[in-house]
Amino acid sequence: MTKSILLVGVGGQGTILASKILTNGLMEAGYDVKMSEIHGMSQRGGSVSSQVRYGEKVMSPVIEKGKADIVVSFEKMEALRALDYLKKDGTLVVNNEEIPSMSVITGEETYADDILEEIQKHVNAKVVDATRLAAELGNEKAANIILLGTIIKAMGLEHIHWDSILEANIKPQFLELNKKALKVGMDAVA
Amino acid sequence: MKKLMTGDEAIARGAYEAGVSYASAYPGTPSTEILENLSAYQEIYAEWAPNEKVAMESAIGASVAGLRSMVSMKHVGMNVAADPMFTWAYMGVNGGNVIVTADEPGMFSSQNEQDNRNYAKSAKIAMLEPSDSQECIDMVKAAYELGEKFDTPFIIRMTTRVCHSKSIVELKDRTEIAPKTWEKNPAKYVCLPAIARKLRVNLQERLKKLAEFTETCSFNRMEMGDTSIGVIASGICYYYAKEVFGENASYLKLGMTNPLPANMIRNFCSKVDKVYILEENDPYIEEFVKQQGCACIGKDLFPSYGELTPDVIRACVTGKAEETIEFDKTKLINRAPTFCAGCPHRGLFYRLGKRKDIMISGDIGCYTLAAGKPYNAMDSTVCMGASISIGHGAQRAFNAIGNGRRVVTVLGDSTFFHTGVNSLINTVYNKSNTVNIILDNRITGMTGHQENPGTGYTAKGEETTLIKIEDLVRAIGVKHVYVVNPNHLDEVDEALDRCLALDEPSVIITRWPCVLKKFSKEDKAEFDKLFSTKNKVDPEKCIGCKLCLKAGCPAMSYNKDTKKVSIHRAQCVGCDVCTQVCKKGAIVKED
Repeated sequence: MTKSILLVGVGGQGTILASKILTNGLMEAGYDVKMSEIHGMSQRGGSVSSQVRYGEKVMSPVIEKGKADIVVSFEKMEALRALDYLKKDGTLVVNNEEIPSMSVITGEETYADDILEEIQKHVNAKVVDATRLAAELGNEKAANIILLGTIIKAMGLEHIHWDSILEANIKPQFLELNKKALKVGMDAVA
Repeated sequence: MKKLMTGDEAIARGAYEAGVSYASAYPGTPSTEILENLSAYQEIYAEWAPNEKVAMESAIGASVAGLRSMVSMKHVGMNVAADPMFTWAYMGVNGGNVIVTADEPGMFSSQNEQDNRNYAKSAKIAMLEPSDSQECIDMVKAAYELGEKFDTPFIIRMTTRVCHSKSIVELKDRTEIAPKTWEKNPAKYVCLPAIARKLRVNLQERLKKLAEFTETCSFNRMEMGDTSIGVIASGICYYYAKEVFGENASYLKLGMTNPLPANMIRNFCSKVDKVYILEENDPYIEEFVKQQGCACIGKDLFPSYGELTPDVIRACVTGKAEETIEFDKTKLINRAPTFCAGCPHRGLFYRLGKRKDIMISGDIGCYTLAAGKPYNAMDSTVCMGASISIGHGAQRAFNAIGNGRRVVTVLGDSTFFHTGVNSLINTVYNKSNTVNIILDNRITGMTGHQENPGTGYTAKGEETTLIKIEDLVRAIGVKHVYVVNPNHLDEVDEALDRCLALDEPSVIITRWPCVLKKFSKEDKAEFDKLFSTKNKVDPEKCIGCKLCLKAGCPAMSYNKDTKKVSIHRAQCVGCDVCTQVCKKGAIVKED
């Protein structure tokens, strides 16, 4: 059975690296893997998403609405936006981070205070303070690997040799930090 | 060895394994990474051309001279390259030649949708359509073998989801190909009418041979399952179809789609009860199937625009969409892309948008975002390089109408080299009086930082002659040329004032690097304190008027509780635009 993982966030949050590590780990574990990303103008502060699918034989690289087994959002508003994609009994992990968009900065729109509440009305979301937890580890930028850890735990992928996948994809000076971050993420949804 | 690769990476890998030695391209989403990856192979000479026509012609030259060559472009790039391509089809290859087009159903990063399969048919060039990354490798390699055998260039038609999706590929070694001999042969390579008329006949003969070949081509195959439904699909739609229908259908997967296999199609249609044609954009396959006298369901059921993703197919076939979690959509905020903190376009458009009674003729690049709020500083955008020539026509019209309206044209450095330079020649030659702004951010920005003729470096990272835009426009005959720092708003205003007062063409070059660029040693030498300072808000002086927010910087935000603006320190790069917008002197440099 093909599993579908959707990572969403805001350009610059590190979704691409997280999905790269994830897909390489899945391939090493012997799964067929496909991933789809949209590049281009969305890099400039827009919404971004990486769609990862794995199983014995994957057909479409694109996840259908209502069919993601897990959605991991690096930002609150993007979690709400992606709810369309989550299966009714799927898992939602939300990083408790608020990034205003330009329409909010210029005052055209308001970022509602109750986004998490709106999400919780529909889904029992796991809210993770990944940005704060990463800062405690010494670098906010490791939030993406903490969130990757939540996917690994939630999808039961702990048996894959993630340390060696991290070694192949992360600069040596950040390796220890990211190994710790992965563990923190796995514990956060335990 | 197994590896996860995007379709773009796999096209480059296929070219490497096929012994390709020459590649050229102009960047354009979603095709850019093809040449970026080609240039990383030592064995391949790869270059950025100023536009797709030049890239196509260089690749033709390399093929004629005896090497296997590749040229890649986004869908609209093929419009630019079409002129040489149509005649190249008459001539046939020496070394094999593959033309990659990356189409964009759904327009993620493009100004239009166009189905370039029509080009293959119209230009009479053989075409392959890969469905995943392994097929990208296999088809590129086959295209060189077949192209040299049938004496034809090959088009490989990709779409965004093939270009930018990753799937597993098997890597093989490169096969070195001995260069073909070049001999004088005007009967093949000089398209004079007398010669072209003969070549046209040959082309028809070649198409007949290809039409025979496509019936047995291994990229076209039937996969028979339940025969109540038969699906004919090419490219990514083949996998979308399999996702939706699974084993409950039979498939005719088409990999070679010009020429299409008429017998195979008729045979397939005769074996199944109902035929769906799944293809994005135009009814390219559908029209052919109908010509064969086969009944099928295509664009009368499926949309002819946007992506034909599995949920779209499912909704069309079943008449209902997948159930999703309902939520309060009014709480969603819009998150469109914006200029980065420190973007050198900000200062210019902040000021330009405030000018009254001008028409701003824009172009293709990150700066097209200036059309939106808070700048409202773009009135038209059509295609690469069009800003200057559309502006010229509009200015001539306004002058004739006599309403006194002035036209300002805006385009980037790479876009200027692409085709803007031709338009500026027209403006000068035809005695216009437009104000033409060239946003020289020292790199090709939107596609992810490719070198161009103005940067002083090649695709391979070698130093080369740097073409100075100010020297070029003066050589064209522009007498009024101003080079300004767009982060200095008074410089922007002064240059605009001077140029708008002129009755002659003028050029303003806004010169400051893209904040995301990997700065060259020349950048570091030229630009003082390049993004190395921080600004902060003095809460004593800030009155919460929010004027600074109208500059549209993502590093700034307003705090409802304190009623003050603050600057996100990690994002700020000290461009100083906000310090000039604030009337209270509340935004200052950090010590």
